[in-house]
Amino acid sequence: MTIWWFVLWSILKVLVVTVVLLTAVAYTVLLERKVVGRIQNRWGPSRVGPFGLLQPLVDGAKLFLKEDIVPTSVYKPLYLLAPVLALGCALISIAVVPFGNPEVAPQGFRIFQISDVNIGLLVVLGITSIGVYGIALAGWSSNNKYSLMGSLRSSAQLISYELALGLSLVGVVMLAGSLNLRVIVESQAAHGLLSWNIFGGFQFVAFFIYLMAAYAETNRAPFDLPEAESELTAGYHTEYSSMKFATFFMAEYANMITVSCVATLMFFGGWTSPLGNLIGPFQNQIINAILPIFWFVLKVFFFLFLYIWVRGTLPRFRYDQLMNFGWRYLLPLAILNIVGTSLWLALKQ
Amino acid sequence: MNPIPYHWQYLPLLIQIVVAFGLGTSMILGSRFVGRHRNSKTKLAAYECGVEAVGDARGRFSVRYYMVAMLFILFDVEAVFMMPWAVIYRKLPEITGSRFFGFWEMIVYLGFVAVGIFYIVRKGILDWSLDKADL
Amino acid sequence: MHLILFIVFAGLCLAGALNLLLQKHPINSALSLVVVMTSLAVLYLLLGAEFLAAAQIIVYAGAIMVLFTFVIMLLNAGREERTLGSKAAVALGFPAVAAILAVIATVILKAQDLGSVSLSDGITSTEELSRVLFHELLLPFEVTSVLILIAILGAVSLARKGHGDQEAGK
Repeated sequence: MTIWWFVLWSILKVLVVTVVLLTAVAYTVLLERKVVGRIQNRWGPSRVGPFGLLQPLVDGAKLFLKEDIVPTSVYKPLYLLAPVLALGCALISIAVVPFGNPEVAPQGFRIFQISDVNIGLLVVLGITSIGVYGIALAGWSSNNKYSLMGSLRSSAQLISYELALGLSLVGVVMLAGSLNLRVIVESQAAHGLLSWNIFGGFQFVAFFIYLMAAYAETNRAPFDLPEAESELTAGYHTEYSSMKFATFFMAEYANMITVSCVATLMFFGGWTSPLGNLIGPFQNQIINAILPIFWFVLKVFFFLFLYIWVRGTLPRFRYDQLMNFGWRYLLPLAILNIVGTSLWLALKQ
Repeated sequence: MNPIPYHWQYLPLLIQIVVAFGLGTSMILGSRFVGRHRNSKTKLAAYECGVEAVGDARGRFSVRYYMVAMLFILFDVEAVFMMPWAVIYRKLPEITGSRFFGFWEMIVYLGFVAVGIFYIVRKGILDWSLDKADL
Repeated sequence: MHLILFIVFAGLCLAGALNLLLQKHPINSALSLVVVMTSLAVLYLLLGAEFLAAAQIIVYAGAIMVLFTFVIMLLNAGREERTLGSKAAVALGFPAVAAILAVIATVILKAQDLGSVSLSDGITSTEELSRVLFHELLLPFEVTSVLILIAILGAVSLARKGHGDQEAGK
């Protein structure tokens, strides 16, 4: 009997989280347009609704109603499969992210995490590695020179930086002694800000490696070479229009949110308060449940803002610089960080 | 406390996978049925900035892409091996009785891998700007 | 529940493998192989090996198959032509396959001390795995790094310009 309640509860959680994620994706796009607009000394969208707040809905409706063009030269099955793969992979990782304090859950049913598996971190990395296919197949099946060039560049970039991304997280796993994301967060909960991995765990080098690798993984500035419009038109999605283009677009922003969530969990203490126990547990259970979510969302919002800020500030890399940076600097640095962390831990014991 | 056996935690993950791919499929199919279709030959041609496409898009590309993918596999295997090591690292002194056991075993392992990285860098395999690279 | 999932994913695995052989275009075959790898990962999970399942996805589906896809994209490998094959190959091939299958089947059926793995509820934690891997099986683990090094050297020498006419190239 409990099993059926669990199944029902899981379906409910999945639906709610997916809807929230998609809304977050839509409003991250708006946030980006607003902030980049302000950086470039203009207003950004401001006409649709108050402060342009209804802009994402209108954009979504527009893209959905647009003509669905399938060029004659494409290889149709894979051409249609590629955006589905891209968006699907982008929406899965959120299932293992704990976004609130798990202790308030009644009867062992977790409220603030869809799936509490012991290999949560590997699930995120595995889904990321599958995500390459969306881009590779999009470029190949389009049968367009820009698309193919863009997708080759993009896939090579993704797999190169995936290494640095994975290795930068090894230090954190060492500190927590687990691959379970909830346990990793709980290991940083003791003294608020001071016990977060970036400060208390001396993982700031790892954090910067992660940050740079994550920007490259999500094809964002300054590593947005796959979409270098001055040389490749629109990269791997040159031949995609209407909803198929929107799908790639949503996948990019959903990946940004996932990557920000993982950064928050691994280095910034997830849902834990930066003040630690200074603001102790409250009498009111509802505040105790809501406050961790507030901290989590605040931290994720900070990373998303940083993404946009960087995009508005930095110019794009050249391709040889990008590959050099990934393989010759980031990868050895990640390995050195692991050696350093393990030496420090061994001496401390 | 928790009446649900641990392995049931994979069920929500499965549901999420189904929902994620279902959503992607339905969006694409839905837009296909809703949007109007008024096609012409030019509209459905490959986009090459207004110039008519010449030849096949699929040609041969630099062997460096192959090298990137090949080296990625090798370092990925290495990274996957490091994950279980990192999980147990703080408990290794208790298990083995030696404080630096875990440290030295990974130094030996990484030593060989570092030789590999050094070799790649010296050979200029991943140096995309150099033509004199041995590739 | 376990049995249903096993049958579904074992079926998917076999269907992917068959599709791999029957498809004409190499990229379809490569994607079928991805399906095979992914369903194998689910089978590992059903046997309680969660780390192995994740490693299977990351290494096989996420890295090795990406290389295959890359090679197909880079070389512009086109559709294969279907040939009927020589009669000798058919005459020899099928009996040979049957013989090999028979040998494997008898060996497996006769062996008593193979041990068995059941579709179980228990999932082995990563910690138990690493306890064995980094203490008792230390030598095989270290040898893996030598293997990786050799593979790096091999990959580089394979992709290098002109094997025979190295001097002429410069």
